[in-house]
This record gives sequence, structure tokens and C-alpha cells, in this order.
Amino acid sequence: MNKQQVTELYFMDARSKLIELAATLDRLDRADGEADFRWRCLMDCLPILQDHAPEKTARILERMSDPTPSPIAAAGEKGACGVWPGYRGKTS
Amino acid sequence: MHYIEPHAHMVSRTTDDYERLHLAGCRVVCEPAFWAGFDRSSADGFHDYFEQITRFEPKRASTYGIAHYAWICLNPKEAEDLSLAREVLSMIPAFLERPTVLGIGEIGLNKNSNNELAVFHEHLTLATRHQQLVLVHTPHLEDKRKGTQLILDAIREHPDLAPERVLIDHVEEHTVRLALDRGHWAGITLYPTSKCSVARAIDLLDVYGHERLWLNSACDWGVSDPLAVPQAMREMRRRGRTEKDISTITWHNPARFLSQSPRFHLPE
Repeated sequence: MNKQQVTELYFMDARSKLIELAATLDRLDRADGEADFRWRCLMDCLPILQDHAPEKTARILERMSDPTPSPIAAAGEKGACGVWPGYRGKTS
Repeated sequence: MHYIEPHAHMVSRTTDDYERLHLAGCRVVCEPAFWAGFDRSSADGFHDYFEQITRFEPKRASTYGIAHYAWICLNPKEAEDLSLAREVLSMIPAFLERPTVLGIGEIGLNKNSNNELAVFHEHLTLATRHQQLVLVHTPHLEDKRKGTQLILDAIREHPDLAPERVLIDHVEEHTVRLALDRGHWAGITLYPTSKCSVARAIDLLDVYGHERLWLNSACDWGVSDPLAVPQAMREMRRRGRTEKDISTITWHNPARFLSQSPRFHLPE
């Protein structure tokens, strides 16, 4: 596909998702309390969208991932929350 | 066009889904053993489940013109209790003799714990001993990257297991290359939010080609769509892919991998 074909097929969908994200962040701003670590990670991912390096999707997925190499002692719960709970910022 | 659904948890789906799958062109479904949404209280619960996916589901599927195959294992979400896990593992060889069982799966990791890894190794030993194909579940979301690496390193410790007889499932952009570079097959799962969208899945095919890749819906009791594969086929057409390309990914590739089991036969 050329860029025009990609645009015809996917621009409206991308526009819609960007506006949904903006609306979600507005909703978060209006809400009481503290935002948890997942929002910090999500915001830290946004500059990736604007850089000129390839593999934006993989780099965002990597940033949200557990970077530690070893198995954990025991699985206390079964679910995943979307961002590694140890995330403390771009350098973690 | 006919296609193979290589990963579907049909015990969670209605007969309406079988009918819709057939209408959409599905002629084969493969059902890996998985978590029921709650922990089973005893090995007997697993026994009954294995009976269901090796006796009842093939019969139910055939009513709708679909061939049904199964994979047998204890899923990683129930691997923390090692004594229960080993009791279940001891039952598996008998089920591997069933005529529609293709191998061991979906084994793997969930939270990447020591016990999950120990049970994964024991499944791999079982697969090697019984010369079975292996279908591997990789963890969800933030646990996927680390879990995939642990899984690949664990498989490497079983040199008698040929890489091309192992499929690493639920790959995404940050894990697909890891699996393919080790010589394994890789499955791309089409989920509305938590795995690959249809568009991203076709992106992966654009980047990595068609070799050793397949698409699946992994439809189950959660947010999932049994018709995700035909939706991906439509997306490929929208992008100008040829019918041959589509058939390679949704029929010939799964058939190639699955045909390594002598029990797998394409429908007439």
C-alpha cells in the first residue's frame, strides 16, 4: 500500500482513537484522587508517537513490560493490569 | 474460501457459534486445554474436561460440518499447586492416545512464577517422551515479553524437542521475532483489546512475511470473537492481498504445522 491508501483505510480510525484518548485524559483530570502508575507509563509512551524511529508499537509494548529477567517466587494473582506494577518512569 | 481456526475454546461457545463458523468457511477447529475462569478443585475436574474436549466437542462440531481436534495439558494459571499439577500430568499420556489429540498445549507461563516454569518443563519432558507437538501460551500484557523469553530459554533446555514442532502463541510486535528466530512457529491472536487487532495482525504479516505464522481467534469465555479470522481475511483483501496469500495464512500454514501430527487430517 502507498501512504494515500493507508490514509484512506486508516485515518478516520486513528483520528477516532486519538480523540477517545484525549477524552479519557479529560475524564481522568476531572476525577478525584491520584492517578496510578499506569497513566504515568501511558503518558511516557506518547513521545514515541512523535519520534522518527521505527517500531513504535514494539517500543510502547516494551515500555509497558516487566523488564526483570527472573521468574517471580509465586503467582499471587492470575491477572495482568496492562503496565508492569514496578514502573517508576522512563528509566525503569 | 475455507479456513482453519487453529485455536478456539469451543467448550465456552454455543452451537450458534459452530454454525456461524461453518457459514464463514471454517472447516477445522483446534481446541487447546485452558483455564475455565476458576481453579478446578481436583484432578477429576481436569479428567472430565479432557473427556469433554476429546469426545463431546468433536461430535458437536461434526454436526456443523467442522472437524475438531484438541490439545491436552494443565494450563499455567493452575500450575501453582505442584501436587495437583503432577496428578494431572500423570493423566495426560492416556489422553494423548485419543484419535483427535494433536499434542501438548496450551502450556506456558502466566505470571512467570517458579512453579509455572517447573510445570512447563515437566510438560516439555512429557512432549519429548511421547513425541508430541507443543502449543505454547505466552503471558498477557506486561508479563508477555519476560514470559516469552523465559519460555524460549526453557525450550532450549530440551534439545530433543525440534523447534519447528513448537508453536509460540499470542505473539505481538515485541515478541514475534524472538519466537521466529528460534525456529519456532508463531501464532497471532486476534483480540479486540488485549492482544492483536486485525489491522496489527496484518501489519505483522506485512513485516515478517508468511513463513511459520498463523492467525487465530482464541475465542473463549472472555472478550473475544469466534469470527476474528474471517475478519482478518477481509482486512487482507482490503489491503489488496491475493487470495493465495490469504489461503496460505489461514489454511496452508496451519495445515503444515498441524500435519506434523499423524492424527491431523484435512477434511475432504
